[in-house]
Amino acid sequence: MEMPTPDPGILAKKGRVVARLSDVLPKDAVISDISETRAYECDALTAYKCPPLCAVLPASTEEVAAVLKICHEEGVPVVPRGSGTSLAGGALPTADSVILGVARLNEVLETDCDNRFIRVQTGRTNLSVTGAVESDGFFYAPDPSSQLACAIAGNIAMNSGGAHCLKYGVTTNNLLGVTMVQMDGTVVEIGGAHMDAGGYDWLGLICGSEGQLGVVTEATLRILPKPEGARPVLMGFSSNEVAGACVSDIIKAGVLPVAIEFMDRPIIEICENFAKAGYPECEALLIVEVEGSPEEIDAQLGVIMQIARNHDPVELREAADSDEAGKIWLGRKSAFGAVGQVADYMCLDGTIPVSALPHVLNRIEEMSQEFGLKVGNVFHAGDGNMHPLIMFDANKPGDLETCEAFGAEILKLCVEVGGCLTGEHGVGIEKRDLMDVQFAAADLEAQMRVKDVFDPAWLLNPAKVFPLKASEHRRSAAESAAA
Amino acid sequence: MLSPATEEDLAGILAERSEPLDVQGGGTRRVGASERERLSTAALTGITLYEPGALTLVARAGTPLAEIEGALAAEGQMLAFEPMDHRPLLGSEGEPTIGGVVAGNVSGPRRVQAGGCRDSLIGVRFVDGTGTIVKNGGRVMKNVTGYDLAKLMAGANGTLGVLTEVSFKVLPKPEAVASVLLEGLSVADAVRAMSKALASPFEVSGAAHAPVGVDGAPVTMIRVEGFGDSVAYRAEKLRNLLSEFGPVAVETREGRDGGVGTAAGWRWARDALALAEAEGDVWRVSVKPTDAPKAVDALDADRILLDWGGGLIWAAVPPGTDARARLKGIPGHATLVRADAESFKRLGAFEPESVPLAILAKKLRQQFDPKGILNPGLMG
Ligand SMILES: Cc1cc2nc3c(=O)[nH]c(=O)nc-3n(C[C@H](O)[C@H](O)[C@H](O)COP(=O)(O)OP(=O)(O)OC[C@H]3O[C@@H](n4cnc5c(N)ncnc54)[C@H](O)[C@@H]3O)c2cc1C
Repeated sequence: MEMPTPDPGILAKKGRVVARLSDVLPKDAVISDISETRAYECDALTAYKCPPLCAVLPASTEEVAAVLKICHEEGVPVVPRGSGTSLAGGALPTADSVILGVARLNEVLETDCDNRFIRVQTGRTNLSVTGAVESDGFFYAPDPSSQLACAIAGNIAMNSGGAHCLKYGVTTNNLLGVTMVQMDGTVVEIGGAHMDAGGYDWLGLICGSEGQLGVVTEATLRILPKPEGARPVLMGFSSNEVAGACVSDIIKAGVLPVAIEFMDRPIIEICENFAKAGYPECEALLIVEVEGSPEEIDAQLGVIMQIARNHDPVELREAADSDEAGKIWLGRKSAFGAVGQVADYMCLDGTIPVSALPHVLNRIEEMSQEFGLKVGNVFHAGDGNMHPLIMFDANKPGDLETCEAFGAEILKLCVEVGGCLTGEHGVGIEKRDLMDVQFAAADLEAQMRVKDVFDPAWLLNPAKVFPLKASEHRRSAAESAAA
Repeated sequence: MLSPATEEDLAGILAERSEPLDVQGGGTRRVGASERERLSTAALTGITLYEPGALTLVARAGTPLAEIEGALAAEGQMLAFEPMDHRPLLGSEGEPTIGGVVAGNVSGPRRVQAGGCRDSLIGVRFVDGTGTIVKNGGRVMKNVTGYDLAKLMAGANGTLGVLTEVSFKVLPKPEAVASVLLEGLSVADAVRAMSKALASPFEVSGAAHAPVGVDGAPVTMIRVEGFGDSVAYRAEKLRNLLSEFGPVAVETREGRDGGVGTAAGWRWARDALALAEAEGDVWRVSVKPTDAPKAVDALDADRILLDWGGGLIWAAVPPGTDARARLKGIPGHATLVRADAESFKRLGAFEPESVPLAILAKKLRQQFDPKGILNPGLMG
């Protein structure tokens, strides 16, 4: 992965930058010792590592503003960081950048059940947001599998999704307001507790902008009343095509499950060995979950099971109680961990139109033969967001490169059938150089013009999202303007 | 009036153009009147892709809303965000287009459950003020590839670009609908009742209140939708939940073609028909629901309608009233929807943004419309 050469001028003035940052932050909030900055050298895309110039851990919006103002004056790039669980290298530092971690910004500022929102500092973890409103009967809907660790900051930056977003939407559909600090230290308030923010849809623009437009320090999030209950069914099928057709029929029938999860044979086997969830031996598994009162659940599952029966399932199992429900989900929820036990893996995230599912799965299988690497598929089938897991051996020379080449081919296929490179993990550095597969030059140019508006010096989260070539003249123009 | 029939023609027009334009779809809700030449997208028509099994629909911007809703209904589906028809309220003519709906982020009562237009929007094509054709998003419902310019275009009212194609995630049309009705509530009690309903697990898909209902008395309407048995169950649960507010009725008749019933009732709320007959200017105010009673007092309006559980207030006030001045101190924003040209000019259709956001907005327009030809002045 090509990264811009670190600016020697910045490396040379490390001492001064650290001193200035130490003036505005408590002592323990500035980390500059090389043995300690290593803790920030990568996110969950661990194949790429680079310790930053230094890391700072501000504890208030004012401190964030002070940090950014200094970095802006010094012309030092800043990489915002939540919990570092990005799978796209979104929080990967450059050697000449300051990591701005929001982990200390983790307070709940306000909960309001009458108006159904919660206001939090963005370093707070996703699951603990639900934790703060659970006893009032509410929850925060977007539920990435990483929800125990990932922060709202990263969720907003990546517009993260989760298993239940078929019904409840992703982060952008559940975000009512933010406090954001611009690169020059200006604090902006956008939206709030009212349902639609006025003026342009700044929230929609900020959400998913991968930390390149500003540092988000506070967020107002929509909370929802917990459903009366939920129940999954497990369905096994003799081929991916049949499972795909079943998904499409369920959607057409007018039932809207909260989740439709898909697993193919390699994943079923690995998960079963790992979690002993009692999955059947078959080509494809679906987990379909619906919500409501017990009677409502019975009625919806009645419709869904009938559709499944029309597709000759090899297994059809409705959870009788919460233990059985837990068992059905157990394998799916441990999928990434289970694969991690048997191999190193790369997790892709392209989205495809649901109708292209069988074709894409077949092509992936063919490519798997060509590249000589095993691949398993586990994903959110209701919305076409695939997660092919390519398995490789990091210790075998060349294997990572083969894996990356294979991954790139899969993502190109996703775009070719009408989909996109990333459904929820973001572009980061990982998909940066594939952006021109999906976008024409003018499309990327339009996005970069937005970046120009918010961060004219291109200091925030450098070398992410846009192919280096596409952003080259902007970055060098900004650099010479600074010099 | 300029009415290009292809995206390329539109791009050609904008590349050449140096004089300001009024951009419109079907022209059913022109904001203010101007002497500028009009540019209409009404000739860019046609549904280009509809895949019911994937819940996706893509259409050119000038496609009549009615055509889209018709195509969806034939497959038992719908636009989740329930866009209003402005014609009765504004006394305007013409055919609402899907591009106009997106440009205005027009969102109806189901916003409380399914989100607004911008939440259903998954992709756009547009031509910016220099004549450059730009694509963003696409036809899949989960997509975080690059910045989300589709959302930026929703509600930009044509000031950043002229939409040529829009894609949506659509939803199955519910099998049954019920309205849970309360009569005679004060605004404060109505908001309390709606908050209670919306905080329940019974999947409320609409919560509106009119101090002057169809028959002249205050009415509060709570909607549930879904499969027949489920709707009956949830309506009953809500009836019990809300019994502290007085007698509760449940309406299940559909009344699709003008009769009494759920379809007619929610169309009445969606199109703000409570205000159509009222004199004066019409404002659309967005506040935190529990601030609604305070805002209603402050507005001192001749006619009021609350939607979104109180989060949206429609208000009819005497001509020329500055509703924003009356609402001072209450967080939110107010949009002028119906008034004479002088009032639009003096008050502006949209609430001015805070200083840092106004600066960003100006820079954004300079990037996307450097010649200042797309509805200049409309959004600051
Ligand atoms: C096991 C595993 C499972 C996962 N499952 C899912 C899943 O189901 N769905 C899903 O969507 N993702 C998933 N992810 C990906 C990841 O968890 C999400 O992208 C998450 O939102 C990242 O949050 P974070 O706090 O860790 O952010 P980080 O990794 O720290 O940063 C992510 C991005 O956010 C930016 N950023 C961080 N803080 C700020 C801020 N304050 N202001 C502006 N920008 C900021 C960073 O610069 C970076 O670009 C998974 C990851 C793992 C490891």
